[in-house]
Amino acid sequence: MIRGYFAVYYRELLIMKRRLPKMIATMSVSPLLYLIAFGYAMGGNVNVDGHSYMEFLIPGLIAMSSMTQAFSIASEINIARFYWHIFEEFQAAPINSFAYVLGEVCAGMTRAVLSVIVIILIGFLFGVSICINFYFIAAVLLNSFLFASLAVGMAMLVKSHADQAMFSSFVITPMAFLGGTFFPLDNLPLWAQKILSFLPLTHASNAIRKAAFGEIPEILSYIVLFFTGIIIILWAFWCVDKAKD
Amino acid sequence: MIKIENLNKFFKSFQALKDINLLVEKGELFAYLGPNGAGKTTTIKILTGLTKYSSGKVSLNGYDVKKEGLFAKEQCGVVPQSINLDQELTVFENLDIHGRLYKIPKKKRDFRINELLEYLEVADRKDSLAKQLSGGLKRRVMIARALVHSPRILFLDEPTVGLDAAIRKRIWAIIKRIQQDGATIFLTTHYIEEAEYLAQRVAFLNEGSIVENDTPKNLVDRMGAWAVDKVVDNQLKTSYYKKREDASAYTACQNTDCMLRRVNLEDSFLSLTGKKVK
Repeated sequence: MIRGYFAVYYRELLIMKRRLPKMIATMSVSPLLYLIAFGYAMGGNVNVDGHSYMEFLIPGLIAMSSMTQAFSIASEINIARFYWHIFEEFQAAPINSFAYVLGEVCAGMTRAVLSVIVIILIGFLFGVSICINFYFIAAVLLNSFLFASLAVGMAMLVKSHADQAMFSSFVITPMAFLGGTFFPLDNLPLWAQKILSFLPLTHASNAIRKAAFGEIPEILSYIVLFFTGIIIILWAFWCVDKAKD
Repeated sequence: MIKIENLNKFFKSFQALKDINLLVEKGELFAYLGPNGAGKTTTIKILTGLTKYSSGKVSLNGYDVKKEGLFAKEQCGVVPQSINLDQELTVFENLDIHGRLYKIPKKKRDFRINELLEYLEVADRKDSLAKQLSGGLKRRVMIARALVHSPRILFLDEPTVGLDAAIRKRIWAIIKRIQQDGATIFLTTHYIEEAEYLAQRVAFLNEGSIVENDTPKNLVDRMGAWAVDKVVDNQLKTSYYKKREDASAYTACQNTDCMLRRVNLEDSFLSLTGKKVK
């Protein structure tokens, strides 16, 4: 069923290898700016649940960055599909749609993990070290799995790059700010907390933050991320299959 | 062998292919000739599993494209109309990814890629990025890529479109060589001379229907061997003759400028459809 997925993944790895210095530079810019602006300048004297704001912020940035980087595979797929027509090469090959989805999801997850490593290293520069344990790794992988799957599905549904940018503006960017990355959701009214608890990123932020602090995260967050991810990857598979008008 | 039975394809209410029936024999070089928008690319996309069809039956070497899609895909190589090489990868990497998609073991894959690069005379550009190649080289690399898994059927969708005459002839020589090595070739083109030079059999496609299917020689012979073009009231009129002497005699007794030439597939297509291929 997944025969050939590695060829799809390997292609993305080759491209990543060729672009690695540029990618790392790009992955560093936003977290660095957020840390300087929110962590140093604004949050220097702020404490959240007994942690400095910088300690609070870094796990949030890890959640956000793993989401955005995993989702960025959508743009790559779009370019390959609309501009270079490389998607046709995969469609003509004797691999099924699921293998294609899996290959691209692995690529998205790899980008996400790379961005997480970059943020952890930047965190060290700012004097913040976090606890990297099983819970932390599991939350990062589930979050990136979910958003890479969403990226593959969306890349098949959109008809142009503009559609893709619109989806990012209306879904991904608001989620990045409201998913518990920059501020604790406990400060919000109850109704807002309830709405935001439906966002996968909220669960990812909570789980990553608790794990990074050396605490045991709520198992519910992992269940939500896992099952949402499964539903989305199945949907992505359907979207790829549907792309053969 | 390619077998198409009662194939229909609808894009919403528009019918792109109308009741297509075709049989391309093993080892045959078959040309699918028609103007832009006739349905040539749609047919290739259906045969290679890139597009679903509305009704009918399609098989490649006995494998049903719909029911046994993965087996059918293993039978064929595809060179699409648009350049679809990975521009950021080298020539070798492009072919290597293709080999991996077809699960060819590494040793065999490397050998085959090097062999093909030599065969298509692009071995010296093996480590060049695809984006650094000229249009003609890109086409040759695409043909090499389609051959990595040694397909028995090769689909070439307008393989020389946009190339200059010299490069086009070089590609033709390559296509002939591939066919002589035993592959079945299904070629779409709107270049008359390409179909005449390469194909053993030609099907004319017009507005989604096959209007004729025969050898180039038979198609041309039905018109007569010679044609005389003359302009009457700003319109081109063509008369056809079996013998050159008859055509020459007709030309001699005209008081307007006439042009005597050999009949080609364009004449045949024009007489059947009322329009030109190009």
